[in-house]
Amino acid sequence: MRKGLLLPRLKLELRTNPSRFAVIGVSLMAIIASFAVGMMLLAILGRSPMRVANAFFIQPFTSLYGIGEILLKAGPLLLIAQGLAVGYRANVWNIGAEGQLIVGAIAAGALALSFDTSNSVFLLPAMIIVGAMAGATWAAIAAFLRVRWNANEILTTFMLSSVALQLLYYLVTGPLRDPSGQNFPQSALFSDAALFGTLIPGTRANTSLLLGLAGTLIAYIFIQHSIHGFRLVVSGLAPRAARYAGFGEARAVWIGLIAGGTCAGIAGVGEVAGPIGMLQRVLSPGYGFAAIIVAFLGGLHPIGIVLAHSHGATICGRRLRTGVG
Amino acid sequence: MAQQRGINMMDTLMFIVLGTLGATTPLLFAALGELVAERSGVLNLSIEGMMATGAAVGFAVTTLSHSHGLGFLAGALAAAALSLAFAMLVLVCLANQVAAGLAIGLLGLGVSALVGKPFEGNTVAPLSKLNILGLAHVPTIGPILFGQDILVYTGVALLAILAWMFKRTKLGLIIRAVGEAPTAARDIGYPVIGIRFGCVAFGGLLAGTGGAYLSTAYTALWTEGLVAGRGWIAVALVVFGSWIPLRIAIGAYVFAAISLLELSIQGLGLYIPSQFLSALPYIVTIVVLAVISRDTTYLRLNRPVALGKVFRYDG
Repeated sequence: MRKGLLLPRLKLELRTNPSRFAVIGVSLMAIIASFAVGMMLLAILGRSPMRVANAFFIQPFTSLYGIGEILLKAGPLLLIAQGLAVGYRANVWNIGAEGQLIVGAIAAGALALSFDTSNSVFLLPAMIIVGAMAGATWAAIAAFLRVRWNANEILTTFMLSSVALQLLYYLVTGPLRDPSGQNFPQSALFSDAALFGTLIPGTRANTSLLLGLAGTLIAYIFIQHSIHGFRLVVSGLAPRAARYAGFGEARAVWIGLIAGGTCAGIAGVGEVAGPIGMLQRVLSPGYGFAAIIVAFLGGLHPIGIVLAHSHGATICGRRLRTGVG
Repeated sequence: MAQQRGINMMDTLMFIVLGTLGATTPLLFAALGELVAERSGVLNLSIEGMMATGAAVGFAVTTLSHSHGLGFLAGALAAAALSLAFAMLVLVCLANQVAAGLAIGLLGLGVSALVGKPFEGNTVAPLSKLNILGLAHVPTIGPILFGQDILVYTGVALLAILAWMFKRTKLGLIIRAVGEAPTAARDIGYPVIGIRFGCVAFGGLLAGTGGAYLSTAYTALWTEGLVAGRGWIAVALVVFGSWIPLRIAIGAYVFAAISLLELSIQGLGLYIPSQFLSALPYIVTIVVLAVISRDTTYLRLNRPVALGKVFRYDG
């Protein structure tokens, strides 16, 4: 900060816009840095970094099944991170995606269980819609509390997350428990019509991944090319300027939270109607929280998030399967 | 029969009061730590992760060294190290405090899982209860006033010291000045960044101690996810207490009591789904937060003006 110490003639100034290179470069740098720190930590723990790197980043890609597993983790992370980033750009801090995912999964699961004999092609789309609405509603509670009573959304979204988890526990041990399931805390299996189809034969990757890609496209268009997205970004970067320009803060809060809630709700549907196939106590290995990191690693930019999430999914995928880390 | 019932009620009541004091302590430590950081103008949202790290490291060291003292020390230092990383990000790199807090908090949860993994399901000897002046066996008030463990008393002492410090000492005033008007504090010549570093690190020490108390004394058992949102409740408590130590302590006590309702209601033989009771502290937090935040003038009067804002020395 001291001027004229080392570079007497150079004066550094903040640039008004990050360059195109910076947007991508920062994400890449962050990913590389996180990789390097991870390897250092492993070295400190006495594991061979090269072997772990192999286990994390090379071995999964040597088999089709491994690639499928990574895609399986990538779908929800990508979708949730894109939704959260919309809010974060507007300084709306939704940290309750985990709960919104759970509520979305519950709603979709309840629908699947009440139509368990149906083989209609509309069942799955209906589940996606219901799940999205449930996730959005859960987030909207926080939006309402913030807009109406000024309650801090960081705290309320987190608390709502914990409430959602207890709601799930209650439902799978009570009303939605499989009557013929020997008292295990889980629901009956969904019918085939309520499950996503396999995307790549021979793997567990399913078509819900396409929802993540669609979410990315929508987020990109919304943030980079729409007036609403622009307003949102302005209210995040310069709240006063946004107020002066008439971009309502309440609107940013509503949009920011509902975007995150919707995406998380859909991701929840992707889990229960994908690899899990029923409701149970554990629906997510923490996608809702990991997505926060992915969103930041990606610099809150839709393209950056795509770069970052593949990194996150690789790590998650490996960790979930082997318990490494 | 009536008498029998009376004794049971009394036992239950004693159980609630005693259990609540134990459950209050981790919340109180964490919330007072957050208070100090926030009074200096830094919003540290990594409390949950710092508590989790303190809990895991404290448990590991207690197990290995058979010493609760070392466990608390290690837990506190581990959390303080995390808080220094947070302070680096927000005070030196000028990162957004919310984002940095969330990131460090998640890091803390990861560290906690990593450190705690070999100890999953293990137990340690609980922290011994004191017998002050030999009065712990006096019926009713004895165990409450004279028979707690050392950290319960430390928490109360800390509360008194911090309340006094903020109100009556120069150090307290300097910290408040840094949190209210950092530019003015800088112009008078106070090292704003240095003071904030100190406050954040102190907050980390307390959060780590609270976490270590949770794992080595309150449950005396390690499972991942032990902290279970207490760090976030501590952050909320600072708002509920409108940045005033005594009010925060009262809030912590009330929340501890609510979190124990599950056990005591079962003790009374009522049937309410346990999941509802588990969710109750979170629901209450949301409701209280909405009620308190509604009065924006009241909040603005008490909230440190510079809280959460990036401060540049040359700005």
